Amino acid sequence: MINFYEVNETNRMIEEDCLDVRTITIGISLLDCIDSDLASCKKKIYDKITTVAKDLVSTGEYIEKEFGIPVVNKRVSVTPIALVGGACCKTPEDFASIAKTLDEAAHTVGINFIGGYSALVSKGMTTADELLIRSIPLALSTTELVCSSVNLGSTKTGINMDAVKLMGEIVKETAEYTKENDSLGCAKLVVFCNAPDDNPFMAGAFHGVTEADAIINVGVSGPGVVRNALEKVRGENFEVLCETIKKTAFKVTRVGQLVAKEASKLLNIPFGIVDLSLAPTPAIGDSVADILCEIGLEYAGAPGTTAALALLNDQVKKGGVMASSYVGGLSGAFIPVSEDQGMIDAVVAGALTLEKLEAMTCVCSVGLDMIAIPGDTKATTISGIIADELAIGMINQKTTAVRIIPVIGKGVGEKVEFGGLLGYAPIMPVNPYSCDAFVNRGGRIPAPIHSFKN
Amino acid sequence: MKKTIITVVGKDTVGIIAKVCTYLADHKINILDISQTIVQDFFNMMMVVDTNDATVAFGELCDELEALGEEIGVIIKCQREDIFDKMHRI
Repeated sequence: MINFYEVNETNRMIEEDCLDVRTITIGISLLDCIDSDLASCKKKIYDKITTVAKDLVSTGEYIEKEFGIPVVNKRVSVTPIALVGGACCKTPEDFASIAKTLDEAAHTVGINFIGGYSALVSKGMTTADELLIRSIPLALSTTELVCSSVNLGSTKTGINMDAVKLMGEIVKETAEYTKENDSLGCAKLVVFCNAPDDNPFMAGAFHGVTEADAIINVGVSGPGVVRNALEKVRGENFEVLCETIKKTAFKVTRVGQLVAKEASKLLNIPFGIVDLSLAPTPAIGDSVADILCEIGLEYAGAPGTTAALALLNDQVKKGGVMASSYVGGLSGAFIPVSEDQGMIDAVVAGALTLEKLEAMTCVCSVGLDMIAIPGDTKATTISGIIADELAIGMINQKTTAVRIIPVIGKGVGEKVEFGGLLGYAPIMPVNPYSCDAFVNRGGRIPAPIHSFKN
Repeated sequence: MKKTIITVVGKDTVGIIAKVCTYLADHKINILDISQTIVQDFFNMMMVVDTNDATVAFGELCDELEALGEEIGVIIKCQREDIFDKMHRI
């Protein structure tokens, strides 16, 4: 039988180390909502989401009570809208009106975010894909809960540089459209290379076409738990360090598995995956940078950071894989700047630069995340940053992403406040030299040699 | 059997166990195991109970025990055993 010590350990993780179920996400296929008439397509979308996800919030709250663990977010991801709206949308405004429908449905069911205002264009863009991409600034400035993502490349297809160029402009335009709110729209827009179908985390969540009608994915998080466990093994060698991370990751993922199974049972929707990602929040102690410091760095960004992050990410995966029958999504560690107090401190101290963050993304879950840059950064420069990050993903056969915020009207040294889970960020300098001629070439970068595995 | 773990933490005072047990008995909740210690004046108790025949819904049980805890000046938490079992047993 469970003993005193074990009960206390679990409850300490929840109460003091911010262990939580970060999100229960229902993936909903909207492929059966496709219609040549825009109004009827929107009605089908609204009806389907509000039917399938109607009990999501109450179920999340029930589970929270039952196990005594916070379920922070309840979310929905849907089939990429470029596929759903292709038959009825003739203009970017048509697509943006679907975004409004998604937003209304999200408000009706009471969820925190809805993801899937997306296009998958890793090799080429259809007319619908391009219309959706061009509608993103309007869509994100006229909705509150909608998140957008675009997959621009993959190891199998190479990188669609035409789309990369376009997304540089779209990121800039989204920043302009939402400049009254410190360009907040860009915090809900992410571009990917090798995007996974079953990612429960925003802004990149969408319901892949390879998925079933509806699926439950759960994301668990708890950087504080890992940091606290590591505090107890200060000065020990790497074997002890890695073993500690692995054991902790195992325990945390088991909770995710339990919650996912329970939610699946209560909602009568099949269980997809558990994603164990150390995803920080601005709360004190809920920081990935603090783990890196506990491993032995003065600040995140100091020499040794990439190695420390690599071992952290790998041990988290190793512990997580044994704890759940289906681990998926992006499992590992996230390194968003604005959402992590330790990262913010490192940037302010001058220890962490954009280039070091790029190096770190080679070994962690995602990519350049929640980084504020000067508002006067050129669109081509943003495309260049995106291309660099996607190349890392393409060559290393991993998911990489860019969620970067050019804050209109602000420059290096100033601060931008997003509020809530998104936190605040100091604006970071960007390399001032031009990549115009590179970005303007057009076409696509071919798939790398190791993609030929057939 | 649906087992539930109740934990009580707080400053020690007279009658903590009595009040919690009375509540449980009133609601037909059977106590399977109790362990309790006092560390530096702090009262620490864990109970394993069977809520199968309980006359209250689980959510209410949590809320009412929490309120009872506030009355006594301790923190009472009520959680399904599964979360501990999954985390600490392979």
